[in-house]
Amino acid sequence: MKALGRALAYLWHYRRNALAALLALMLVSAANLLAPQMVRLAIDEGIGQGRWEAVLVAVAGLVAVAAVRGAFTFAQGYLAERASQGVAYDLRDALFAQVERLSFSYYDRVQTGQLVTRITNDVEQVRAFVGAGVVQLAAAIIMLFGTTVVLLVLNWRLALVALAAILPIGFLLARFVQRVGPLFGQVQQVLGRLNTVLQEDLSGGRVIRAFAREAYEIERYDRVNRELLDKNVQAMRAIANNFPFVFLFANLGTFAVVWYGGLEVLGGQLSIGELIAFQTYLAFLLFPILTIGFLAAGISRAGASAARIFEVLDAPLEIRDRPEAHPLPPIIGRVEYRAVDFRYPGTDRDVLSGVSVTVEPGQLVAILGTTGAGKSTLVNLLPRFYDVTSGSVAIDGHDVRHVTLASLRGQIGIVLQQALLFSGSVRDNLAYGRPEASLEEVTAAARAAHADEFIQALPQRFETVIGERGVGLSGGQRQRIAIARALLVDPRLLILDDSTSAVDAETEAQIRQALDGLMRDKRRTALVIAQRISTVRDADLILVLDDGRIAAQGTHEELLRESPLYNEIVGSQLAEEGDVTAQPPSLKGREGLAPLPLRDGGVGSKL
Amino acid sequence: MSQVIQAIAGAPRERAERRAATLRRLLGEWGPHRGQLPAAFVLVAVGAGAQAVGPWLISRAIDRDILGGDPGGLAQTMLLLLAVYVVGALATRGQIYRVGSIGQRVLASLRARLFEQLQHLPLGYFDRRPVGDLMSRVINDVDTLNQLLSQGLTQLLGSLFSLIGIIVAMLTLNPRLALASFTVIPVMLLTTAYLAGRARQAFRTTRETTGDVTAELQQEIVGIREAQAFNRTEENIASFRVRNQANRDANVGAVGITSAFAPAMDVLSTLATALVIGYGSFLVFSDELTVGVLAAFLIYVQQFFRPIQLASQVYAQAQAALAGAERIYAILDEPREPADPPEAAEIGAIDGWIEFDAVCFEYEAGREVLHDVTFTVEPGQKVALVGPTGAGKTTIATLIPRFYDVTSGAVRVDRRDVREVTRGSLRRQIAMVLQEPFLFSGTIAENIGYGRLGATREEIVDAARVVDADGFIAALPGGYDTRLGEGGYALSQGQRQLLAFARAVLADPRILILDEATSNVDTRTESTIQQALGTLLAGRTSVVIAHRLSTTRRADLILVVDEGRIVERGTHGALLARGGLYADLYRRQFRDQPRPVTGLGEPVVSAATRGS
Repeated sequence: MKALGRALAYLWHYRRNALAALLALMLVSAANLLAPQMVRLAIDEGIGQGRWEAVLVAVAGLVAVAAVRGAFTFAQGYLAERASQGVAYDLRDALFAQVERLSFSYYDRVQTGQLVTRITNDVEQVRAFVGAGVVQLAAAIIMLFGTTVVLLVLNWRLALVALAAILPIGFLLARFVQRVGPLFGQVQQVLGRLNTVLQEDLSGGRVIRAFAREAYEIERYDRVNRELLDKNVQAMRAIANNFPFVFLFANLGTFAVVWYGGLEVLGGQLSIGELIAFQTYLAFLLFPILTIGFLAAGISRAGASAARIFEVLDAPLEIRDRPEAHPLPPIIGRVEYRAVDFRYPGTDRDVLSGVSVTVEPGQLVAILGTTGAGKSTLVNLLPRFYDVTSGSVAIDGHDVRHVTLASLRGQIGIVLQQALLFSGSVRDNLAYGRPEASLEEVTAAARAAHADEFIQALPQRFETVIGERGVGLSGGQRQRIAIARALLVDPRLLILDDSTSAVDAETEAQIRQALDGLMRDKRRTALVIAQRISTVRDADLILVLDDGRIAAQGTHEELLRESPLYNEIVGSQLAEEGDVTAQPPSLKGREGLAPLPLRDGGVGSKL
Repeated sequence: MSQVIQAIAGAPRERAERRAATLRRLLGEWGPHRGQLPAAFVLVAVGAGAQAVGPWLISRAIDRDILGGDPGGLAQTMLLLLAVYVVGALATRGQIYRVGSIGQRVLASLRARLFEQLQHLPLGYFDRRPVGDLMSRVINDVDTLNQLLSQGLTQLLGSLFSLIGIIVAMLTLNPRLALASFTVIPVMLLTTAYLAGRARQAFRTTRETTGDVTAELQQEIVGIREAQAFNRTEENIASFRVRNQANRDANVGAVGITSAFAPAMDVLSTLATALVIGYGSFLVFSDELTVGVLAAFLIYVQQFFRPIQLASQVYAQAQAALAGAERIYAILDEPREPADPPEAAEIGAIDGWIEFDAVCFEYEAGREVLHDVTFTVEPGQKVALVGPTGAGKTTIATLIPRFYDVTSGAVRVDRRDVREVTRGSLRRQIAMVLQEPFLFSGTIAENIGYGRLGATREEIVDAARVVDADGFIAALPGGYDTRLGEGGYALSQGQRQLLAFARAVLADPRILILDEATSNVDTRTESTIQQALGTLLAGRTSVVIAHRLSTTRRADLILVVDEGRIVERGTHGALLARGGLYADLYRRQFRDQPRPVTGLGEPVVSAATRGS
């Protein structure tokens, strides 16, 4: 419920709409209170005393009431909904901004299916209550007191009898809220799980089919689906066990008024018109109670949803600008890791320990190591996707934690391990890091990443729309787009994570050629995680990572001389090489066909 | 109901017909619960009856008992009223529970069928649709249906019955006053139809903008790492804001229309009250009506409008729900992967013989991606598919487990056309390891165990050991019970790939397809895997796609694919000697490897020993 209170704070922003809606609703209620008086007038003075004018006055009064009521009801509904929608908008906006800023470590833990549910369904639940619901609730409470006073003034005996009859409603509603609140929370939670299964099924479709596990998936989904059904039926039962009885007690109010009032009429203490008017007022007492009841269900639901929303909004932004953070000046590209230790939050094993490295501006650094040695983690510290556990990472002498994220990341070009493309045109994807880039720049970047050729062959070239996960493009094509995307940012610092492993030899050669050229021209610093010796041997510095430590560093030649581990890696790749040298004629025969200037242009000229 | 139909009639004809068909189909969903429907109807009718009888009893109390000065009669009437109220409440309780539960069951069944359908749609279907869009359909559309089925329909039914009851009661009490009151109905219907027509358009916009919001969310959350890497968070927030705004404005626009419903009905209902009082008083003056009946009419007129108001709300709900149902049925009606033909047999234990016989294939009509591919793989052979990016290697591989059907020609496994055997029996004997391993949320053990239903923990650990994944798994905080998030991001790409390998090992396939499976693991790990697979694959057929030609070197058959054709075939040695595309690719890859001739004594020794 505390969460709901916080959600209500969002209504403050729309207080004008909400208050106007409340005012309109109060006017509607006031108009409503007049109506029974018209009825009484018609019956007691009109029919009772045979006066036509009284009937006419009553009818005219009712029409006037109808007009006022209609206008204000509309105003109320519209204004309240505007406030509601405004709150939903603000919540979604805040959630999305939070989602965009949450750290990588958060996403290591959380499931996207759950997040989507929170931003859509949960916000919807809160919206349904905050705004329109709150206005109605406020109006209902005011009405409840107002009507009670009116009833007591009209006939306090009758009023007390009626109130006694409908008292149990309060108890029923309280019980309902208490019982149903947690239940709705569970329904939402199971729904989130169901959506996660669905999402995984949609994303992992190929794996499922490859292992012929459709039946298993259906069974998995069915289990959660049945659980959801169960919870929903329970919620139904709770509703069925409460609401009809709320109505019953409401009716008992009528029952008590007619019986007791009837006896008073018989005893001459009450006129028949007063009885009927009283009976009508009773409806105005019941109406707010029922409104509160209906809202009660919504309150529990909204409360559970609000709690889940604030769970996301309250998740700590582990990586954020420090208050004293200053923009990182245009970088030259000197990178230092100083005694860096790192472990993932919630684990107790260091992924990196005691890593110290200095990279000079313009150097090409290759990072090599076994699977899980910490290569990706090492480069992820540079754009501050994670913060070091101890030690520090500095660019041009600035600790990355002391500069603003935008200025830091804006100057680093990154090709992530899995090239994720967005649904949209090829051009949109290329310009992802610099939406304002001109077509010339985009084309140039594509050309530099050797993506130009296949893009030109696509049906609408740069405007071709590609699927969510880049379906329709091969892995190599996606990777080249990802590289072009990083190049378009024109970074001084370039990080390539495994990016050339999935392309064929020819493509890789083209990409390397392009990158090498770019790096020499503009003196970029580049950190490249690679598997192949052929990729790394040109590097100015090779880091060999083993189990979170730098086992060796140096140039290819140095490492060959000094590092057994490096030699082992080289060995594992050269196993095949013996055959190549065993057939020198075929090799030499083609050496001249496509001379690639990589070797000559690489290391030597840069140092 | 009449107004619902009325308003539907306002829509373009074929649209209305489609809607009506959807509605019929949706009602057909209640079929399995037919047995419960009579009871539900009876309960609804009793509840509605109680509502209609109540005011009549009150009018009797006023006219006969109070005005007649009969306290005993009043007590009698009142006790009767009490009984009616209690019966009504109990009936309503039964009805809410029953109808609501049936609705939930219908929904659960729809969800289950949707999910099942998704398992059977051809893969091509998913290539064309973003995950977010499909998610939105299954989640949001089912949810709008939920609102209709769990509340709306009960309310509608209840309203309908009360309406009938009230109309009957009014006509019985005083036909003239009743008919006079009914004159408001046509006005009401016209107003409703008008507003409903406008609401439909507004709701469509609302739904579309909601779909946009969901789709963008989905995509952005999946791509969050890119967003942060490219410093796009602020732009993304701004772009989401635009969609969010559009959605809000569409909703507010729709509310401008829907919030006119209630007041319009309210005005009409008050006018009806005025009418009843005015005309009723006239009738009382002319002694054709009693005060009690007038009082009853006042209650009836109020109650009369409530069902109609409810119905108009339900109508709006129904509009949204029908649109949702239409989209749900569109998925359900999508042709499935051609079903296993009735005569399809289990393929039985296979040896692993594969044949492509003049296979042509196109993903979309008119764009053939494989042309006349023919080759044969003997059981136990290792065949490597080699060629430039986009040549069609993956496509060839996916035809073996029949992810797609060939356009012409045939793919045969153990001399049987894959289209003649059941998919399950075929696929269970084929394992694939893809370049981007997909892990499910769950434990590591569960993920490996995905390879074979019912595998024991020992078998899972053994499989992990075979691919050398045991070491890193044991080092994880929870060992094999470590939970992985969706996508398994806490693991490195290479580690995830090892899990995918272990999964394949556990599947114990006769045919193993490796699609770039080792390009994300380091070469040392790769050689471990290769060795493990070497023993594992003895006597099994494997199809390997790899860019690292070192991996493919030892293949029994190398197929060089270029632009959808097999341009060269043979062994490594033969192809090198031939000096074609393969030799060219190979040379490029190893062109600048440090060669032993430059004096790398040690590696060569180790390479030689490894090689032998």
